[in-house]
Amino acid sequence: MADPTTTVMLAGVGGQGTILAADVLAKTARAAGFDVKLSEVHGMAQRGGSVDTVVRFGDRVHAPITDHGHADHLVAFEVTEAARQLPFLKPGGRLLVNSRVIDPMPVLIGDLPRTDGVEEALVEEGVVFIDAEELACEAGSPRSANIVLLGALSTGLPFPRGVWAGVIERRVPPATVEANLRAFDLGRRACGEEGECLL
Amino acid sequence: MTSELLSGNESVARGAWEAGARVGVGYPGTPSTQALEVFARMDDVYAEWAPNEKVALEVAAGVSMGGARSLVTMKHVGVNVAADPLLTLAYTGVGGGLVVFVADDPGMHSSQNEQDSRNWGPFARIPVLEPSDSAEALAFTRAAFELSERFDTPVLVRATTRISHSKGVVELDGERVVPESGDYVKDACKWVMMPAMARARRLAVDARVAALSSFAEECVFNRAELRDPSVGIVTSGVCYEYVREALPDASVFKVGLSFPLPAEALARFADSVERLAVVEEAEEYLLGGLLRLGLAVDRIDLPGTGELSPALIARALGAEAAPVRDRVEGLPPRPPLMCPGCPHRGAYHALRKAKAIVTGDIGCYTLGALAPLASMDSCVCMGAGVGMAHGMRLAGVGDDRPVVAVIGDSTFAHSGLPALANLAYNGSDATVCILDNRITAMTGHQENPVSGCTLQGRPTVEMDLEGVCRAMGVKRVRTLDPHAIDDAIAAVREEVAAKELSVIIFRAPCALLIREKEQPYAVDEDTCTACGVCISIGCPAISRLEDGRARIDITLCVGCADCVKVCRFSAIDLTGPACDIGGV
Repeated sequence: MADPTTTVMLAGVGGQGTILAADVLAKTARAAGFDVKLSEVHGMAQRGGSVDTVVRFGDRVHAPITDHGHADHLVAFEVTEAARQLPFLKPGGRLLVNSRVIDPMPVLIGDLPRTDGVEEALVEEGVVFIDAEELACEAGSPRSANIVLLGALSTGLPFPRGVWAGVIERRVPPATVEANLRAFDLGRRACGEEGECLL
Repeated sequence: MTSELLSGNESVARGAWEAGARVGVGYPGTPSTQALEVFARMDDVYAEWAPNEKVALEVAAGVSMGGARSLVTMKHVGVNVAADPLLTLAYTGVGGGLVVFVADDPGMHSSQNEQDSRNWGPFARIPVLEPSDSAEALAFTRAAFELSERFDTPVLVRATTRISHSKGVVELDGERVVPESGDYVKDACKWVMMPAMARARRLAVDARVAALSSFAEECVFNRAELRDPSVGIVTSGVCYEYVREALPDASVFKVGLSFPLPAEALARFADSVERLAVVEEAEEYLLGGLLRLGLAVDRIDLPGTGELSPALIARALGAEAAPVRDRVEGLPPRPPLMCPGCPHRGAYHALRKAKAIVTGDIGCYTLGALAPLASMDSCVCMGAGVGMAHGMRLAGVGDDRPVVAVIGDSTFAHSGLPALANLAYNGSDATVCILDNRITAMTGHQENPVSGCTLQGRPTVEMDLEGVCRAMGVKRVRTLDPHAIDDAIAAVREEVAAKELSVIIFRAPCALLIREKEQPYAVDEDTCTACGVCISIGCPAISRLEDGRARIDITLCVGCADCVKVCRFSAIDLTGPACDIGGV
């Protein structure tokens, strides 16, 4: 079954800005002329739990969700969540991961150990790590790490930079537009056109 | 023609607005909440949060009786609360169009059960529309108002999480048309459901279902898509999109009007395919309908709980599974948790000190059931905890450990009020804690009767919780700040020891309502004894180092100082200015 759509999964922890990032991605795909669907989950999961959001675009998109082995891009805002959602990534798919670890409550309270070897497992899958928090600070807005990751993702998607920039300008708080555009470009620079990490 | 990316909830709001709905009323509940929030921001509408779904539907019934169109919104379990008026409004019918939007939650992302709201169709004998994406959510909601008035009935528009919270492209070419509402004319035979009148209306209900059944055959929302005749799939809602994705060549009967089903059209479809199958989430609603029509259905192996997906459907119909990577084993789960600075933490700490058995309720404070607080013993439905505390006492529990009900401010207004009246009336000696954080927090900060503000931002009265408890006959009512942890511990001790009903109102605003963070705290490594008390309050900013001592993540700490107050060794103190790296 040939799949004519492109599927991006954004995975993170409630509060990290995955939902805003997914919204910017979906609107950019739409502005670039594609049919788009996006699915997210609100409510209890947002209170510091695992949050995954899916954006799909193509000529005609049916399902708003995706399955294991079907995502073309997995962008994880946190290392453990990258590992958790890894089965969604299709063989040969692109794996971009913010090199930040946020321990979940069972680890914080010492009930469960941190899992060893997560980074190594991701390296085996061809991960590109991006220090999105550091680049966000460099851009001038610590909360723009989500836009840094979109910048990194953008090098593997068929939308012109100007279309992205137009959507970001409309979607983020006016006072943070410049910092977010810098964050986007720093993310782009961190990943070359072939998706290779330059830092 | 302009198009926009809209969620299903936003599209429902737009559909109701285009249809000329003048009033929107509901109670928040994931995944339905944004439908009313978005409607409330539209031009020329009035919208309000009701204390519960029953009241919401009754307000809408009045709007309808008064001749205007209204939208009612709720999540699936809300329909249980609104079922009493709903099943009789099916008899009265409507004046102005009355549309109930309900969002189900298969897979229970944010719910306590997984009930299938399509079943209200045959139960109440009212039509049910099931959109498959955002564009249909708009079109079906708009049409639902026409159907409501044409067939003199409330209409249910049923979504699921993947409709409500998915976004898709919607064409926004429809204009708002508000129908004229005529003068109110008294009609007791229609609106006064005493037995004599109700018996007559009961026959009118049957006549309406018959008329709707004929309409179903021609309704454009039901559609046979004939492709490869070797398999024909009957499906509805988001599952239609999954089927199209998984099996693009299969013939499909897309059900848009789920009650009543189009018997003849379905039979024709069954005749035109070699093998008939059903794909649906939650309950076997369509399957039951097809079997009752006497159609031969090939049962396929799909899970009876949780959400479906294109791959699940493809595999159930014989496709090979795509290659999938191995899971990374041993990953710690990431349960949702109370935010740093959450006022509920202090209340639970005090309840745990009192070794209380806690009958809980629905809201952010339900997270108190999870480790490390692990301080809640039950959670059933909105308002249940108060009655259950009384019941536990009647069962003889609580002589050695106190029984305490915990309920939030919005939940108390929703259905805690009659439960507390029962405890007072029948002389219960339980203790009820109202965790009043001034907002309906879990669903994303909706106003409620204690907030002092309405859905459309109008200032209003704040319910006097102390006064209402006293007026019901509760003599022991006290209010305190849960961040004053020693006071909270003492208050819980005193009230559970009292041999009569008592109410403790823990009042402090939701941490997310406080924009300005206080200075963060840090642990003095030399003083920390690794006792673990600060860990036990379950703050995401506090973690345990390998040697057992505590560490505070200053990017997460909001400076609430709850940990400072529980530390017996004064090992936690203020830091210098916070690092400029923001938290999550």
